[in-house]
Amino acid sequence: MNREHLRILLPVLSLGILLAAVFYMQPRAMSYFGLNLLFNLAVPVALATIAQMMILMVNDIDLSIGSFVSFCACVTATFVQTDPVIGYGILFAAILVYAAMGAIIYARGLPAIVVTLGMSFFWSGMAVLVLPSPGGSAPDWLRALMTAKTPILPVAIIAPIVIAVVMHYFVKRSSLGVLLRGVGGNERAVARSGWSVTGLKAFAYGVAALFCVLSGMALVGLATSADANIALRYTLLSIAGVILGGGEFTGGRVSPIGAVIGALTLTLAASFLSFLHLSPDWQIGAQGAILIIVLAVRLVFTRREALV
Amino acid sequence: MVENQNMIGTREVPIITLAQAGVSFGPVKALDGADLVIMPGECVGVVGHNGAGKSTLVNVINGRLSPTSGTVSYDGAPGVADFRNSHRARSSGVRSVFQELSLCPNLTVLENYRIPYRNMPKAGWRKNAASAVRASLDAVFPDNGIDPYSVVADLPIADRQMVEIAIAFSRRDIDARLVILDEPTSSLDGAIADQLLAYIKTFCANGGAIIFISHMMGEIFDVASRIVVMKDGRIIENDDASNFTRDGLVDAMGHVVPDTQDVANILEKREFGPEVLRMENGLNARKGEVVGLAGLAGHGQAEVLAQCFLERTSDWSASRAPAVVFVAGDRSRDGVMPLWSIMRNLSLQTLVEFSRTFLVDRKAERGIARTWHEKIGIKTDDLDNPILSLSGGNQQKVLFSRALASSAPIVIMDDPMRGVDVSTKKEVYRMIRSEAENGRTFLWYSTETDEILECDRVFVFRDGEIAAELKGEQITEENMLRASFEMQEAGQ
Repeated sequence: MNREHLRILLPVLSLGILLAAVFYMQPRAMSYFGLNLLFNLAVPVALATIAQMMILMVNDIDLSIGSFVSFCACVTATFVQTDPVIGYGILFAAILVYAAMGAIIYARGLPAIVVTLGMSFFWSGMAVLVLPSPGGSAPDWLRALMTAKTPILPVAIIAPIVIAVVMHYFVKRSSLGVLLRGVGGNERAVARSGWSVTGLKAFAYGVAALFCVLSGMALVGLATSADANIALRYTLLSIAGVILGGGEFTGGRVSPIGAVIGALTLTLAASFLSFLHLSPDWQIGAQGAILIIVLAVRLVFTRREALV
Repeated sequence: MVENQNMIGTREVPIITLAQAGVSFGPVKALDGADLVIMPGECVGVVGHNGAGKSTLVNVINGRLSPTSGTVSYDGAPGVADFRNSHRARSSGVRSVFQELSLCPNLTVLENYRIPYRNMPKAGWRKNAASAVRASLDAVFPDNGIDPYSVVADLPIADRQMVEIAIAFSRRDIDARLVILDEPTSSLDGAIADQLLAYIKTFCANGGAIIFISHMMGEIFDVASRIVVMKDGRIIENDDASNFTRDGLVDAMGHVVPDTQDVANILEKREFGPEVLRMENGLNARKGEVVGLAGLAGHGQAEVLAQCFLERTSDWSASRAPAVVFVAGDRSRDGVMPLWSIMRNLSLQTLVEFSRTFLVDRKAERGIARTWHEKIGIKTDDLDNPILSLSGGNQQKVLFSRALASSAPIVIMDDPMRGVDVSTKKEVYRMIRSEAENGRTFLWYSTETDEILECDRVFVFRDGEIAAELKGEQITEENMLRASFEMQEAGQ
């Protein structure tokens, strides 16, 4: 398990360093309220990152996460608020569509990158149909949940921990999680043992969709309204989060704890750059630079491993 | 065979019975009328040359392939030929260890135990899996020191193979009764291989059965109680191991009657030029020589060819005077550009060589294509047709022309005649001959004996190394088989 530990060490270190830098520059962030502000937008990002992780785990990649989360947010801000039955029905149907997409991608041997890219336009279109102009409102319970004043630690800290622990047990410890990672590691071995790879992939896509739905809902709970473009950048953020957290594009090597930490790091990097009084024009570039530095450090580590 | 059938009445039911089982892929018969009965307690050694049908036989037994004729029955149940054989095989305790590793490298050892275990109890499974794998590893390979919690990718290759074998013998809800081992010792050293052979003997003594495929004669004779010899998709010998000798086995595996006329052509004495190629492992070739690389498939020939090619070419730019050219055997993977026309496919290799400027010399390109169209007889009226409009044999001709059109003095061929019809083969042989006489050197890896017989000199590969060098009249199928199969005692 040595390599596994090493894998998780880097994301933990990068989050720690970034957090220390933020606290150094703005000591007042080191409070209940400060932490909540720093991290509350990380909750939907973490959920979307977990969704992307489920897809990367089975050797595919999902380019439609951003638009799908936006679509879910739009449905949450409209139908779930006004007509809960129809609203949840739509979200449930969307999950089934996702699962079917996973099954078709495997059964027909289609490249996931193309199918999901195509689907991203579909979801964007659906989102605009549901909510043509920014607006809508969050269901009260959702608003209450996302802004709850929990004792000791704020929701923004508790939620990522819960997500990470639950997914760690599901993906890394459960026997179903082993099969799902097996699909990423050696699809043929899994198929030879008589498992339905189509079914397993559909399941992985379904779970991913569930997390996208949760991500969209969390986003509406925080923002109180939605917009068809609200989460478009999540596609790239989620991929970056998984990779930053020690995951890999192929081979079923993913870490849920790492992915959540990766999502937190990415969100924090944005705040850190604001604290530096960096002009917003430069922030995206600087965020990219942070990503490159972390990945370069990891490359050095993995090269070293390969040599040993 | 006959004595086995007699036993049915007296001993337990056979684990598996193949009755006239055959598998055909279109006109190709991969397995033809195979009769095989395996009783509990038997260890059946299966030997045969490349393409003899060993893997097809194994896949029929473990249910991955359904026979297209005849029947397979498990545990004496009535034989049926439908698509649920893999389920039946599993529930009668048939397990397989494949030649290429089939573990998931990203999972731990104990997690890999989970993959083939269909109905695993969920509660506390990690602990149970760890102890089951541990127990099996210790039973098969005492003192192995493999940690069930380590990730497979971190283990050396020998340990991975040990893990895979141990998982096949491990305790599950359905006990292992027939374990198919396909070249199980290929990555194990002698002492470890001996442990496996010893375990196989105890396993059989306790009523289990083994199908053991190996190229190591010593191992076969050490463990097998019965030996099945396969050739061209048929079971040609099936008898007690004590009735075979090593030489007899080699004789049984191959007796292609050489086409006397062809052989006469080859054997005429030819003078070769100076040595143009020498590799670290001893492979060498002289100017104008056709050098064959023989041996069982997957024993390092393709790797040597790739190394030879990559050492002599640049990663960065194409040269106007290339030292080597490559003819791919796996057309779809590393040969054909499927969307391009025949002409473009043909001229790909020589674009730089025949263009004087930065731009492609269209006229020269068309000229080359026309020349080779005539010379090698590609069956098409229009070279601008897409390459996929050609038959497999003609596509291969295009790939040959692509390489031969270049001025490179060395041509490397990686089993190029796979799936090519006989008449095309003959034409290409002739072409290779005449090119060799003009001073070109060929390195030719082939899995087919009659192609190797066309060569001037042959290197037989085994386990990634050269096992023998054959010259002139020594190039016979028998000598090749002898060198491909390890003749020594097991573990030496």
